Amino acid sequence: MSRNLLPLLILLGAASMPLPATAFELKSVKIDLPDSDKMFEGPGSDAINNNCLACHSAGMVLNQPALSKQAWTAEVNKMINNYKAPVAPEDVGAIVEYLANVKGAK
Amino acid sequence: MTEKAALRYAVTRRQLLGAAAGVGAMALAKPSWAQTKLNLPLPDGPDARAITTAFPQKGPMILQRTRPPLLETPFEVFDKGVFTPNDQFYVRWHWALIPTDIDVGKFTLTVRGHVNQTLSLSLNDILHGLPSVQLSAVNQCSGNSRGLFQPRVPGGQWANGAMGNALWTGVRLKDVLDKAGVKPGAVQVRFKGLEEPVVADAPHFMKSLDIDHARDGEVLIAYAMNGEQLPLVNGFPLRLVVPGWYATYWVKMLSDIEVLDQPDTNYWTKVAYTIPDTPHASIKPGETDVKMIPINRMVPRSFVTNIASGQKLKAIAPTTLRGIAFGGDCGVASVDYSIDRGQSWRSTNLGEDEGKYGFRQWQTQLTLPAPGAYAILVRCTNSNGVAQPDTPNWNPAGFMRNVVESMNVSAV
Repeated sequence: MSRNLLPLLILLGAASMPLPATAFELKSVKIDLPDSDKMFEGPGSDAINNNCLACHSAGMVLNQPALSKQAWTAEVNKMINNYKAPVAPEDVGAIVEYLANVKGAK
Repeated sequence: MTEKAALRYAVTRRQLLGAAAGVGAMALAKPSWAQTKLNLPLPDGPDARAITTAFPQKGPMILQRTRPPLLETPFEVFDKGVFTPNDQFYVRWHWALIPTDIDVGKFTLTVRGHVNQTLSLSLNDILHGLPSVQLSAVNQCSGNSRGLFQPRVPGGQWANGAMGNALWTGVRLKDVLDKAGVKPGAVQVRFKGLEEPVVADAPHFMKSLDIDHARDGEVLIAYAMNGEQLPLVNGFPLRLVVPGWYATYWVKMLSDIEVLDQPDTNYWTKVAYTIPDTPHASIKPGETDVKMIPINRMVPRSFVTNIASGQKLKAIAPTTLRGIAFGGDCGVASVDYSIDRGQSWRSTNLGEDEGKYGFRQWQTQLTLPAPGAYAILVRCTNSNGVAQPDTPNWNPAGFMRNVVESMNVSAV
């Protein structure tokens, strides 16, 4: 390790941020990421709750701006076609309908 | 921004600044903000966001999405200096299966594909077997400021805090590729990290760089940011650093490097993260049949960091105006400001140059000549002579916003 210390120290001297004056070592990390238990609410929310929350939390959708029904249809199709969301075909209409109602452009 | 949104944001920012100043906390690494919510200046909303401290190794962050995490840096942080603290550096993941237990003794980085010798490098091999280099560079999400697009577009609804600057320590990608021995005929290098999609047949997140770019000596494999190991959610233990390019290329938890002898056609390179091949990647809403290309180099930006929109300033008295700028794919040549809607511009003083790819602080003394309402415009011109445009760009993905920022203040 000592043969690697010198170049690192030279770099440390030239750097603007203080680094520990020892050769850099990494420490193992174990964490728990928080989850969200937020659900979509109101009439017609079953399909979106059942199909969409495996991949992402609801907050992402609720933070979206108001979009046209056409735009929501494109979003749902993108999730299915590009990101392989396993949405039952009979639920697609209900998901779009919910989004257009709750997050629709007025 | 609507007037109402601007006002709400200003109030929140003043509250934050006031709370921090009250305990003399502006210089501390972790201000003890009591706020749990704030309003972002997003036109027509929804603009309310929670401030979360629930993410391990992270301080107060604006919660855009819990899973997979999208965490925005509170804008006040950018006034502290050119290096963004690790615990408030923004976070953006694509897929929800993120390893949360990384054993540094077991982690390996594979180098394979169109090479003479497949490598399986331990972290020890990387930290102690290759020359160490350091570089200051801005990491900015392609969609930073997407929430400010009008008409609005779907995606992460960021304000301006999906960016940060760090001093990255690591090894040159070139040195790692040379160790494996790139074969003649290599065209691109593809990078993959440990995150995995929830759905098995969904496209694994991968990004590619052209072989000459990958071997330019500036692209790094970083094991430290700002002198410390990366927070797990920022890509521990290894992250690709692509100076001057948008963060989509800065693959987190980098575990696999594949040298390709054919152009990469994977979804994340060919379909996602593409921009119109037009000036400022801009088109008219609804315009179709536009040639799309992968997003690439960043463009210049500048921000005021010490004054909030809506703030009252003293007329006919000097006020310190301060902020940050970055050149994008090169250094900052100048930052100018205007108080007459861009009819005339005055220069500011640039702070120390910590590296052409990093943030540069700027400062000036501003005197508003009479009571009344003003818009303060700030404009960065980079060392390639490219200046921020005075009208916003628009594209359906909400990428590459870099319009001249305008801040409403009143002189009293």
